[in-house]
Amino acid sequence: MNKDVRILVVDDEMIVREALSNYLREDGYEAIAVESGEEALKKVESERWNILFVDLKMPGMDGLEVLREVKKIAPDLPVIIITAYATIDSAVQAMKDGAHDYVVKPFDPEAIALLVEKVVEHQRLVKENILLRERLDQEYKFEEIIGKSQPMQDVFELVKNVAASDTTVLITGESGTGKELIARALHANSPRRYNPFITASCGAMPEGLLESELFGHEKGAFTGALYTKKGRFELAEGGTLFLDEIGEISLKTQVDLLRVLSEKSFRRVGGVEPTSIDARIVSATNRDLKKAIQGGTFREDLFYRLNVVSIHLSPLRKRREDIQLLADHFLDKFRAETNKKIEGISSQALNLMMEYDWPGNVRELENAIERAVVVGKGSEIVPQDLPFFTQGVTEERGPKLKALKDREKLYILQTLEENEWNISRTAEELDIDRVTLYNKIKKYNLEKPKTE
Amino acid sequence: MKKKHLDIIPIGKIDDNLLQRLSATIYHYFGYPCRVNEEWESPSYAYNPDRKQYYSTLILRELCGGVKNDSVRTIGVTNLDLYIPIFTFVFGEAQLGSHCAIISLARLKQEFYGLPPEDELFISRVEKEVIHELTHTFGLTHCGDVNCVMHASHTIGDTDIKSDQFCKFCNHKLISKLNELAET
Repeated sequence: MNKDVRILVVDDEMIVREALSNYLREDGYEAIAVESGEEALKKVESERWNILFVDLKMPGMDGLEVLREVKKIAPDLPVIIITAYATIDSAVQAMKDGAHDYVVKPFDPEAIALLVEKVVEHQRLVKENILLRERLDQEYKFEEIIGKSQPMQDVFELVKNVAASDTTVLITGESGTGKELIARALHANSPRRYNPFITASCGAMPEGLLESELFGHEKGAFTGALYTKKGRFELAEGGTLFLDEIGEISLKTQVDLLRVLSEKSFRRVGGVEPTSIDARIVSATNRDLKKAIQGGTFREDLFYRLNVVSIHLSPLRKRREDIQLLADHFLDKFRAETNKKIEGISSQALNLMMEYDWPGNVRELENAIERAVVVGKGSEIVPQDLPFFTQGVTEERGPKLKALKDREKLYILQTLEENEWNISRTAEELDIDRVTLYNKIKKYNLEKPKTE
Repeated sequence: MKKKHLDIIPIGKIDDNLLQRLSATIYHYFGYPCRVNEEWESPSYAYNPDRKQYYSTLILRELCGGVKNDSVRTIGVTNLDLYIPIFTFVFGEAQLGSHCAIISLARLKQEFYGLPPEDELFISRVEKEVIHELTHTFGLTHCGDVNCVMHASHTIGDTDIKSDQFCKFCNHKLISKLNELAET
């Protein structure tokens, strides 16, 4: 558990050196003892250490000199001064010079164990924090925002350009186009990235509740306000506040929000003192706010406050070239999650996906692939694994098939799948002879799906 | 000479029943019959009048100097309160991977903490400390598992919390060490 932790003990008294290093070894640490400050400095220069125990009074270099020199070589190395002759002056001086702690001999065994454990735990957390931050930087870049289409390339460019600033951004687009992902990407690529990203779903809450959710409330502000609660604006301190479905908020909340954005401060519900805000505001809607302004349901002044920069996400049907890329990405993701051996998507399934209108956009595509991976039995995703295929081809939900031949192809394929590719049964159901069915299969390049 | 015994050396007067119980415990855990040696006199050379305690490392040195040829390990048991210069006290001391260990019974008694005696609790503490210190002599370090007998005891509470059993990792390590020893 502790064997990676290296502790250097510096004391001119052999008894202390040996006893302390032996004690530390019993706790599983790698402990080395040296008898002078000069030797210790050589060790610090040439090797990695986690903790240094240094005796205050030593011939030659004393403990404080060692401490000062160590801080020049390895400023982050915690140095613990040990002494049998404690004085307030030396303790103050040691702490001023950067000692981690100052302990008096003889030690309480528990105190020394806890001291070392605390330092080791702190170092572990610092290391873990660095690793997590690195991973966070990786993960949030543009994960799951995928697209080679021009509209998406334009969005990426815009996100890169505005992320670093504190500009208010309005993201528009149909439901399921990935507005929250863009908001997260803006946050993750901004200097605020290590502070909170707070979401408020404005459409999901009634007016009174939204107000207390956004601004918080004081204890007793209304019936049921049993305690003081921080609002989303406060929780997002130093970070980003994402106001989702902003088009759904009432005119009264719009007035409150406008005031907050203008004054850069707010009051909790029932509160007196204003609280200043330091959060970047990113909002999103699937509604056409300009129409809402004309209809009198959205304030024009608030619109301009929120819409300093506008990012529009095109629906998937208007960037069909992204469908395969996204489908492959989701397939990779769900294949890894479920550990299923699915090699790819059959050409017929892909054709259907390319022709489908995806009213639920990327979210629907993601769900479709997840379902296909879960229910699929073969080595590739085939049409009957796709939800819109099994739900039947209707005008509303199915792929938009304008040509008669496309409809015929899909109908034959569906019938074949339903009859497990039994030619006789399928021909009978379609009321054609087997030779005609064979000719149609050849004509439309229909293939029986491979099974594992 | 084939090593075939584990030795207990009482330092000062130790209750016979306790020594017999420890012999059985040691045999159970380490698989060697235990020999209770003659009582040693109180080690005045290790006494520190300022601290009113005995310096355990010096006693340990004496123990190591008198090890019998057929002895696997030797453990000293004393009622004296032990210390090493850097610490206010020690429950016991062992050099990792060396031949000898020592434990003090002084702070294992409830009376030390101003409480009425509790015999079974005391014996349980002594057994844990003996197993713990002897296992150090086989090279095992402290264990992070609070239930494992090799978990560090910095207070009497630590001793009471841990069990008298090894966790599976320490158990495996100890068995390996004992097997190595049996082959030599």
